[in-house]
Amino acid sequence: MARVVVDVMPKPEILDPQGQAVAGALQRMGVAGVADVRQGKHFELEVDDALDDATLHRIAGELLANPVIEDWVVSRTP
Amino acid sequence: MRIGVITFPGTLDDVDAARAVRYAGAESVALWHADRDLEGVDAVVVPGGFSYGDYLRAGAIASIAPIMTEVVAAAGRGMPVLGICNGFQILCEAGLLPGALVRNAGLHFVCRDQRLRVETSDTAWTGDIEAGSEILVPVKNAEGRYVADAATLAELEDTGRVVFRYVGGNPNGALADIAGISSADGRVVGLMPHPEHAVDTLTGPSVDGLALFTSVLRASATT
Repeated sequence: MARVVVDVMPKPEILDPQGQAVAGALQRMGVAGVADVRQGKHFELEVDDALDDATLHRIAGELLANPVIEDWVVSRTP
Repeated sequence: MRIGVITFPGTLDDVDAARAVRYAGAESVALWHADRDLEGVDAVVVPGGFSYGDYLRAGAIASIAPIMTEVVAAAGRGMPVLGICNGFQILCEAGLLPGALVRNAGLHFVCRDQRLRVETSDTAWTGDIEAGSEILVPVKNAEGRYVADAATLAELEDTGRVVFRYVGGNPNGALADIAGISSADGRVVGLMPHPEHAVDTLTGPSVDGLALFTSVLRASATT
């Protein structure tokens, strides 16, 4: 088995009010120096070693992420 | 006319949608998410709620439920489909309508009576409503902000596919005040507000929503 990580983030042009709310909370905590926060999703998949990259990208692009609003990165971890 | 109303795990508004169908004078047919059978209905309503708990993204998991394979195929043959709220999200996730619905700009769950301008009568679900007129129906969601890329937005505007627009205040930051859109052939319509909650003055702010359900009777009769 292999571990695959898929990180999904809202596209830069999509307003991320959840990230903004976190940034606001950091200010209220008294933390200085955080200019911006964007919130995404992190998936960890345990997959067969034989599962090919095309299938992984299908998993990411057709279900885990919505290409209209999100970008994603697939990485195999050793 | 027989109109199917789909129930997914977590659907809330199927009972009201079925009632609206009956008030309009049609027979409502309960459809189940796990079936691959539309039971010969003439149109389908995908109602609101929190299908699959909104896990992953609102509408994402419902969009690949077995019944949706049949809905996508039937829509391709011109069957009228109406997606309300979570149903709109599902139709976007299923690729029947362009764009996506994301978290409201103000982060709040917005629940209020909302005025909408009906921009076109040229869809299967708005034929009984005069273009440019206003209706009052409830809106209730946390992820109702319509977004699409600039090219898609321009195409929707240029081809008259923006069907409903928020009037008197945009509740969620939706681009161009868009509350609902249609497919290119006008047979598939999705909107975030709830016409099925505005069919009886006992429980709704108006009976304006009924016109969507009566429209489809005529749309079906003319095809």
